[in-house]
Amino acid sequence: MQVKIPVLVKEGYHVNSNKPNEEYLIPLKLTWTSLGALEGGTVMYPKAALEKYEFSEQPLSVYTGNFELMASFKVAANAPAGPGAATGKLRYQACSNRACYPPKTVDITVPYQVQ
Amino acid sequence: MHAPRFLIAFAAALVAACFLTGCGTQPRSVKAASSVKPETERHPAPEFALKDADGKTVRLEAYKGKVVLLDFFATWCGPCKIEIPWFMEWERKHKDKGFSVLGVSMDDEGWEVVKPFLADLKVNYRVVIGNDSTAQLYGGVDALPTTFLIDRNGKIAAVHIGLASKKAFEDGIEQLLQAPGGIIKDADASRGMFLPAFTLRTSTK
Repeated sequence: MQVKIPVLVKEGYHVNSNKPNEEYLIPLKLTWTSLGALEGGTVMYPKAALEKYEFSEQPLSVYTGNFELMASFKVAANAPAGPGAATGKLRYQACSNRACYPPKTVDITVPYQVQ
Repeated sequence: MHAPRFLIAFAAALVAACFLTGCGTQPRSVKAASSVKPETERHPAPEFALKDADGKTVRLEAYKGKVVLLDFFATWCGPCKIEIPWFMEWERKHKDKGFSVLGVSMDDEGWEVVKPFLADLKVNYRVVIGNDSTAQLYGGVDALPTTFLIDRNGKIAAVHIGLASKKAFEDGIEQLLQAPGGIIKDADASRGMFLPAFTLRTSTK
């Protein structure tokens, strides 16, 4: 089962992709803290754009605007019926064309119902 | 073999649809000061006590009488890496005229990441590790780099938020270096003495 996690980066900003092309850059990363009755949770990241900014000698691997992360789950064999939620944390670090902002982490919740 | 377990379909839009922003506002118009503020409009730079790479406490008051470029930066900040070589150049060029650069790292990981960064870039000026309270004293430093030019009297003459032009910095530094050294009180507190920029200060103790 695949779950889409929609993300929106406000206009004028970008976030580093999950594989930035400079070592010092902080990557986008989704980490699951609890899967509940689910197993797996492998995250697929979209293809990043290579964008050139005033402060970078080389194009940077970034995400802008709307994009989706895809997480793959399966139900555990002994999962009880009923509702639950997988929880995780999405860490990102954003910049504009001229300034960068401290890395932040947002909570991610995937509600589900096992029948 | 277990029968397939089915999940009620997830909503496509999950509860935590993320709206990632660098900050809560539109990109700030990064206006580099084209010149320093008039003296009458400058406010005192807030005092702080932060540790340098040798564990020594660095206080801003120790820089009184010097022109200071105070740079809030981080190792993960691309625009910061553009400006740092400029600061190194000015540290070399102007230190004998009473100019100092002081870097304030806002890296959460502290010296573990900052020391290798400074070694890699061969940074030639003092750097301390900052904290939220210091950032708040300076108006809540959010965007990096944020750089303050502080005059010889310890007052903020210019602020640059984000990557600024090299010329804007240079013009400001030159102006402040050429300015007279400010009012220094002598032992008789009833009158002040106006001294040229490079006169040694006598102790008032």
